[in-house]
Amino acid sequence: MNLTLKVWRQAHATDTGSIQTYDAKDIPEEASFLEMLDIVNERIITDGGDPIHFDHDCREGVCGMCSLTINGVPHSKEKGITTCQVHMRKFRDGDTLWIEPFRARAFPIVKDLMVDRTAFDRIVAAGGYIDVRTGSAPDANSVPIPKQNADASFDAAACIGCGACVASCKNASAMLFVGAKATHLNLLPQGAPEKDKRTLALVRQMDAEGFGNCTNQYECEAVCPAEISADVIAKLNRDYSAAAAREAVAD
Amino acid sequence: MNALGKALLGFWGSSIGKKLIVAVTGVMLVGFLIAHMVGNLLIFQGRESLNDYGYFLHHFLHGWGIWIFRLGLLGAFALHLVATIALVRENRAARNTRYAYDATVQAPRSSRMMIWSGLTVLGFVIFHLLHFTVRIDPDLAKMKDPMDPSRHDVYGMVIAGFQSPIVVLFYIVAVSFFCTHLNHGISSLFQTLGLRSEKTRWVTGKIGIAVTLILWLGFISIPFLTSVNLLKDEGVPEKSAAHGSAVETISES
Repeated sequence: MNLTLKVWRQAHATDTGSIQTYDAKDIPEEASFLEMLDIVNERIITDGGDPIHFDHDCREGVCGMCSLTINGVPHSKEKGITTCQVHMRKFRDGDTLWIEPFRARAFPIVKDLMVDRTAFDRIVAAGGYIDVRTGSAPDANSVPIPKQNADASFDAAACIGCGACVASCKNASAMLFVGAKATHLNLLPQGAPEKDKRTLALVRQMDAEGFGNCTNQYECEAVCPAEISADVIAKLNRDYSAAAAREAVAD
Repeated sequence: MNALGKALLGFWGSSIGKKLIVAVTGVMLVGFLIAHMVGNLLIFQGRESLNDYGYFLHHFLHGWGIWIFRLGLLGAFALHLVATIALVRENRAARNTRYAYDATVQAPRSSRMMIWSGLTVLGFVIFHLLHFTVRIDPDLAKMKDPMDPSRHDVYGMVIAGFQSPIVVLFYIVAVSFFCTHLNHGISSLFQTLGLRSEKTRWVTGKIGIAVTLILWLGFISIPFLTSVNLLKDEGVPEKSAAHGSAVETISES
């Protein structure tokens, strides 16, 4: 199949950058999206050009490293998958594809389609952990956890931290990511003692990184490859209000 | 500064803190709208009911009641406005570059123009207050209840106020635009106040639509039915030019 690619090219972090057009000819439809970019890059290298830089790692949809937007949607408009799991058979011969990096002030562009997502690492470092050693996996049922809490925590823990939520949000808000991290740990008995401290620290770091605020449009939920529900944002709002109130008045 | 002051400042400084302020003031404003609409609908019970209601509002707690209420409402309105403007500024700064190919997956149009629909509401509220509360039109200001000339004729004022098709059109368009703001705002309340969950998710959007629709029909009905002459002031024979003189004769007698 033959495609036209409109790709964001930016030489370095402070370069202004622009959209460049590439012809992607004779692409096998069984190729993955990233393999298609590999093919295009090999041709660019053969012609002596600078290949299109993009993030990738496992290419199995589990690591959260691949990013980029396809026609304005992070990881393409296919539901519940990452860019590396998108296959070219999802597109039609002759299509024009717009390929851009995740755009947010808190995710500065490193080069072309690569963005710096260490803001997420700093948020996790601020509170996305449990202070004490919780040991190896306990025997089943030795720590009682209500079924619905275990399920909700596990669903939230599916977050792979790719940043698609930020990229899709009209306000570049990270609340789906932060909500997932808070819900994951706050619901478990090991995480419960530090619930307030964690929630306040996560939200404060999120604000300090320059992410925007949720306006309840749920674009994040629609593009999340781990299909995290925006209910985690409601829970984050609830946990934060309680934590802020207790911080203001309690010892 | 003491710990409580620091905590309050931190709350205002945080994204979720400001969102909560918008949600709580939003609840207060929606509560006011529901009460306002129910009060308005008394017009369908006739002049006496509506004028009694107007008299009550201006005289409960020896006339202090309405001012306490107005100050509370003004405070909620101001906080709602200041917090949302601060949030919008932060949001614009957070997404400082635009996509060349800008796509929207599921965000409804009403949710994407909240600041503009909200600022239109501000314009409408100013017009509406000048029209029926401050009453800058002297013809509306001096209307007296034909049955009790010591009090203001709210009923006659509303009907006289909606005689101009341009005013009616303005009210209908502005209230409709207002309702797009309410639709997203009311369903968002549940999310921001942390009330949305797997159990309640199915109903929050429906509550937004239902409350908005009821408010829209309730508010629109009065200017609309007046403009098509189904709601008219039968106590005053000649409208517009004549109503002033008719009222004057009653009030002078």
